[in-house]
Amino acid sequence: MATDVRHAVPAARVGVARRGVAHDLRAVKVVLHRELLRFLYDRTRMISQLFQPLLYLLVLGTGLGAMVTGGGGVDLKTFIFPGVVAMSVMFTGMFSAGSIVWDREFGFLREMLVAPVSRTAIVVGKVLGGAVVATFQGLVILALAGLAGVPYDPVMIVTLVVLMFVGAFTITAFGVALAARIKKMQSFFGIMQMAMMPMLFLSGALFPLTGLPAWLSFLTRVNPLTYAVDPLRHEVFAHLHASPAMTHRFNPGVTWFGWHVPPVLEVGLVLVLGVGLLGVAIAQFRRTG
Amino acid sequence: MSSTAGEGPAIAVEGLSKRYGDLEAVKGIGFEVPPGEVFGFLGPNGAGKTTTIAMLCTLVRPSGGAARVAGHDIVTERDEVRRDIGLVFQDPTLDAYLTAEQNLRFHGELYGLPRAVMNARIGLVLDMVGLADRRRDKVETFSGGMKRRLEIARGLLHSPRVLFLDEPTVGLDPQTRAAIWGYLDLLKNSEDITIFLTTHYMEEAEYCDRIAIIDHGEIVVLDTPERLKAGVGKDRVQIVTGDDEAAIAALRARFGIEAGVREGAVTFAVPSGEAFVPRLFAELGVPIRSVHVARPSLDDVFMNYTGTTIRDAEGGSNDWARRMRRR
Repeated sequence: MATDVRHAVPAARVGVARRGVAHDLRAVKVVLHRELLRFLYDRTRMISQLFQPLLYLLVLGTGLGAMVTGGGGVDLKTFIFPGVVAMSVMFTGMFSAGSIVWDREFGFLREMLVAPVSRTAIVVGKVLGGAVVATFQGLVILALAGLAGVPYDPVMIVTLVVLMFVGAFTITAFGVALAARIKKMQSFFGIMQMAMMPMLFLSGALFPLTGLPAWLSFLTRVNPLTYAVDPLRHEVFAHLHASPAMTHRFNPGVTWFGWHVPPVLEVGLVLVLGVGLLGVAIAQFRRTG
Repeated sequence: MSSTAGEGPAIAVEGLSKRYGDLEAVKGIGFEVPPGEVFGFLGPNGAGKTTTIAMLCTLVRPSGGAARVAGHDIVTERDEVRRDIGLVFQDPTLDAYLTAEQNLRFHGELYGLPRAVMNARIGLVLDMVGLADRRRDKVETFSGGMKRRLEIARGLLHSPRVLFLDEPTVGLDPQTRAAIWGYLDLLKNSEDITIFLTTHYMEEAEYCDRIAIIDHGEIVVLDTPERLKAGVGKDRVQIVTGDDEAAIAALRARFGIEAGVREGAVTFAVPSGEAFVPRLFAELGVPIRSVHVARPSLDDVFMNYTGTTIRDAEGGSNDWARRMRRR
């Protein structure tokens, strides 16, 4: 078992790079790369995270769809589809962010925090990695578009991927900021459930946000997820041949005091929020040992 | 620039202290470790060992004093220190879902290892710890000893000048412990590296060139193992008796010796222990079942300076049990 080290380790030292932008970029890349590797290795996770969105789409969409009259190939499943895509992206992003707590519990976080690289690089790598993984999971759901009567239009798919990435980035940044101070995986899951379910229900992912009582309407407007779901739905409906009445009913958009918020502004809001949350996450990790 | 630490001490500590609220965990300690030395840092739990190591590794900011590691100040030149040290913690810090090679590559990228030497260097350190044939296996399939060897390989990947090992053999079986010491010994002889380690296995402390014993945040003694043992000047006598309480009282009354129960036997130290045994049987007045006389060991050195054996000090705590379970 004991090998001779004399020839195994060279006398010449390996020079290690000075700290700089190039070194930090390498750190971002390797943290991101690890996130992808772990996702690809974890088939169970990929499949289990597919299950819940499918349940919502096929069971809830079909079951409740019987009570809602559709028409022109548009029914409740079509309406729910963008919501289910958003939900899937959101859960995967949060889960990726939560792996920081896992890393802390099992020690690997320490390996990252003692390295001669900036905390910013580590957090940025983690958030981007989580966002890529979540976008990929969203793409898997997107493959099921046919089940919801949504066409496989290339332009739509590319646009949806971009929108999913923006949403995934923001939700992962939120998750990492949250995970910075949490020591136990169970606590993270608890807090995650507590934060996610209301956000999901109040986002317009599962029912249209028109004709709601004022208090509920207010809550949906302050929910950031609303502004991630609406552009997705807007894009999907732009590629359907739905009657104006159907479109009005299922894709009402989001209004502020009667003013229709344009989807571009919604995407901008989500992105700005994401950058802000990334800043919070970095600040949190700069303070931890 | 004094950034190359070839000539100066590998570690220089002066008046280093750390205070947590009212608790002064480390009380202004000072020592120097020359390059190439294996330096052992021993002490009971809560003595300040971990805090000191954390300060030297730039993980904890000192409250006072200064220290230079590999020629760099631990406060003002944090990144330089981090680049020049390797760390092996007592709790594992590997990603079990990645392969051995992927763990090393992650480390190399994070430490900015030049790409041209990355593969060669990964191959070398894996060879060194005998894991070359397992490089593509996931770490979750590794035994505790293999994981520890991989951590040591990783700690050496970026050619550190100082390797910090916090309890490198804790929780491992004796065979694996011996193998790890074999690697460290070869490493010491082949690479220009300084090793700073903590351990609570006193027989392992014998491998160190010098030992510092820390207690209540202060270094109580620092010397070579031989000189420390010679300095005790007394043999250790352990007796198993019918009535320990009575034996301790009798030792105090008749011989003026303070004894205590250690590891299940009445234990005390006397000069030339063998000559003392006949008197003991004749005069103690308490039945003696067996006697054991030993030359001073590092255990006695430790007991001499801290008033407890290191096993009594380390064993039995919840912390210890938790560590064992996590392995």
